[in-house]
Amino acid sequence: MLRVGLFVTCLVDMMRPRIGFAALRLLEQAGCSVTVPAAQTCCGQPGWNAGHRASAQALAKKLIAEFESCDYVVPPSGSCSGMLRVHYPELFAADDPWRERARTLAARSWELTDFLVNVAGVKNLKNLPENPTRLTATYHDSCSGLRELGVKTQPRTLLALRPGVELREMAECETCCGFGGTFSVKYGDISSALAERKCANIAASGAQAVVLGDLGCMLNIEGRLRKRGDLDTKVLHVAEVLAGEDQLP
Amino acid sequence: MKAQSIHFKSRAAAALDNAVLQDNLRRFSSGGLAQLRSNAVQAYGPAAFEELRDAAQGIRNRALANLDAWIERFEREAVRRGATVLFAETAEQARDLVLDIARRHGLKKAVKSKSMLSEEAGLNDALDGVGVQPVETDLGEYIIQLAREAPSHIIAPAVHKSRDQVSDLFQQHHGGARKTAITELTREAREALRRHFLSADLGISGGNFLVAETGSGAIVTNEGNGRMVTTLPGVHVCITGIEKVVPTLEDFSTLLRVLTRSATGQPISNYVSFFTGPAAADTEGPRHMYFILVDGGRSAMLGTDLQDMLRCIRCGACQNHCPVYQTVGGHAYGWVYAGPMGSVLTPAFIGLENSPDLPQAATLCAACSVVCPVKIPLPDLLRNLREKEIDRGLRPWYEVLGIRLWSWFAQRPMLYALATKLAMRLLRTMANQRGMLSWLPFGSGWTKARNGGRFMPAPAGKTFREQYAASKRSKGA
Repeated sequence: MLRVGLFVTCLVDMMRPRIGFAALRLLEQAGCSVTVPAAQTCCGQPGWNAGHRASAQALAKKLIAEFESCDYVVPPSGSCSGMLRVHYPELFAADDPWRERARTLAARSWELTDFLVNVAGVKNLKNLPENPTRLTATYHDSCSGLRELGVKTQPRTLLALRPGVELREMAECETCCGFGGTFSVKYGDISSALAERKCANIAASGAQAVVLGDLGCMLNIEGRLRKRGDLDTKVLHVAEVLAGEDQLP
Repeated sequence: MKAQSIHFKSRAAAALDNAVLQDNLRRFSSGGLAQLRSNAVQAYGPAAFEELRDAAQGIRNRALANLDAWIERFEREAVRRGATVLFAETAEQARDLVLDIARRHGLKKAVKSKSMLSEEAGLNDALDGVGVQPVETDLGEYIIQLAREAPSHIIAPAVHKSRDQVSDLFQQHHGGARKTAITELTREAREALRRHFLSADLGISGGNFLVAETGSGAIVTNEGNGRMVTTLPGVHVCITGIEKVVPTLEDFSTLLRVLTRSATGQPISNYVSFFTGPAAADTEGPRHMYFILVDGGRSAMLGTDLQDMLRCIRCGACQNHCPVYQTVGGHAYGWVYAGPMGSVLTPAFIGLENSPDLPQAATLCAACSVVCPVKIPLPDLLRNLREKEIDRGLRPWYEVLGIRLWSWFAQRPMLYALATKLAMRLLRTMANQRGMLSWLPFGSGWTKARNGGRFMPAPAGKTFREQYAASKRSKGA
C-alpha cells in the first residue's frame, strides 16, 4: 500500500477545505494509506517568490521534518508541488545537510493528478459518487504544474473517467491567469487585466465550469468572473469534480 | 537613452488606459510571432528543436566561459583583415567613439540598421547634436524615429503602432496622399529611404554575432536594409555588446537556425549579412570598417548568478510569450529592453535601484523560459533579483514585514491554527450573499484595479484542519 502524506496547502486549508477532503477521498479510493500531519501549514512559497530565502528555508525545514516519514507527499496544487519538487533543493547550499533531505523529499513529491495517474495508476473512479448531471468543463492549465512539472494530460485523463464530464478546451488554456502570488496585489492593475483575458476565453468556450488544479488561479478567476457579472460559470478544483463533489452548494 | 524604468507602475497604468495601444497589443498577442514560432518548431520537429536549443545553449556557454580569449581572438582576426576594433566600457563612451569617427572622417549623414546598443547610448540624439543626420532604415525603427519614440520590442520596434497610426505619420512626414495599404506604405518608406542610402557617408549597424575565427560581424535582417547600410556608405561602424562573440562560423550557423525560428518562425531570415574588414582596394564597399565592442555592465554579470542572461541572442521570443508584456507593451518597462529579458538586463545595466519594479512585475509563469532558444532560466533570474532587492533594502518595509509575519505564524502551528480559524470566520461574516468579499485587508490591489478588479471569494468558514480534527475525534469516539 502506498503511504501518502496529504499536504493540504495553506490556501485549501483556509479557503476551500472541501478540496482537501476531495483529495483525501481520491487518494484513499486509489488504494493509498493517507496521513494528514496535523501541524502542517505553508510550504514557504510566498517567501521564496518574494526573494525572502530565510523565511522559505524555515518553512521548508518544517515541512520536510513533518513529511519525510511518508513515501509520497501529495498536494492538490501545481505550484506547491513545484515548490517542493523543484525549488526545495535550491533553497539550501550544497554543504548544508538539509540539501540532501530536501532532495529526498523533492523526489517523493507529486502533484495530485500526476500522482493518481503516474504513481497510483488510477484506471477508474468507480467507487466515487456518480456525477448526476452533465457538466461541460474547460480546463485551465496553471503555470507551475504545466511548465515545472509537466501536468497537462493527467487531469484530462482523469476527467475523461467521469462519464458526465465533457471537456471543451478554451483558447489560451496555457496562458497565465495573472495570479502570481503577491503579484496579484502588488500589480493589481496588470493582474486583473490578465484575469479578464482568461475570463473572456472561459466565457468564449461556452463551458459550464472552469476546472483547474491550483487555489491561487481559482480565487483569481472566480473573483473576476463574478465581478464581471458572470454568476453561473462554476469554478471547480479538479479534485472536486473527480470526487463527485462538484454538485455541492 | 534616459531610463524611465523607475516609473514602471505609472507607465503600465497609462498603457492599460490607452485604448489604441491595447487594441494594437491585442492584435500582436493573439496572432503574431508566438504562433509563427510554434509552427516552425512543429515543422522542424519538436524533439530536434530541443536538441538545437541544447546545442545553442552550449555554444553560448562555451563562448562566455572564455569570453576574454574569444574577444581577443576576434580582435586579432578583425584587425588582420583591416578593420579597426575599439572598446568602450560604457554606452556613453561608445557614443563618443562614434562621434569621434564621424568628426575625423567629416561625415554628415548616417544610415542605420537596427542596433539596440545605439539605443542604450542615445546615439541618434548625439549625432543630431553634432550635425550628423541619423536615419533609421529598418522599417519599424524608421517609423518610431518619425514618431520620436523608443522601440517597444526587440525585433519589432514599432509593434505598438497600428497601420492607421503609421498612415498618419507617413502623410505628415512624406506629404502627398494618405496611404492605407501596407504595400503602399512600405513602398513609400522604401522610396524615402533609398535617397538616404545613396547619399549617406556613414553606415551604422548593430551585430547579432561576432565570429571570432574570422573577425566578422553578422547581422540578420528581413528587409535588406542592413546590407545597404553595411556596404553603400564609405565608412561602416558596427556597434554591439562584448558578449555577442561566438567562436566559429559553425557555431554561428547553429545559432542562426534557432534564432530566426524563435523570433519570427522563419527557417532563415531573408538576409544574413557578414562584414569582414573594409572593402578591398579594387572593389566597391566601405573603405573604413570599425567595430565598437561595448561592455556597458556586461562583464560585471560574468561569474555571477546573472551570467546565464548573457547567453541572450535577442530573438524576442520571451516578449512574444509574456502575458505581462502583452498587456502593458514594451514602453512600460522604461528603457531599451522590455519583457522578461529586459526585466533582467535593465536592472543589471542601469541598476536595480533604478528599476526595482521590473523583477517584481512578473507572475513567474515561465512561458518565457520554455521558449528561450538558449534556455535562460528567466524566472529564476527574476527571483534572484528579488532576493537582491530584499538584501539591499529596496523593498517597502511593510512588504518585508508581511512575509516575516506570515513565516513566523506558519512556524507556530498552534498559534497559526488559532489565527487562521478566527480570521476565516471573520472574513466569512464580511462576505455578501454570493460569498464574495469586495474588500480585503491589505489587498486593495486585488479589489480595486483599473478594470474594476476582482472580488475575493470568501473562505468557507471552518478550516480544513479544524474539520479534519473534528472528524477524527468523532470517528475515535
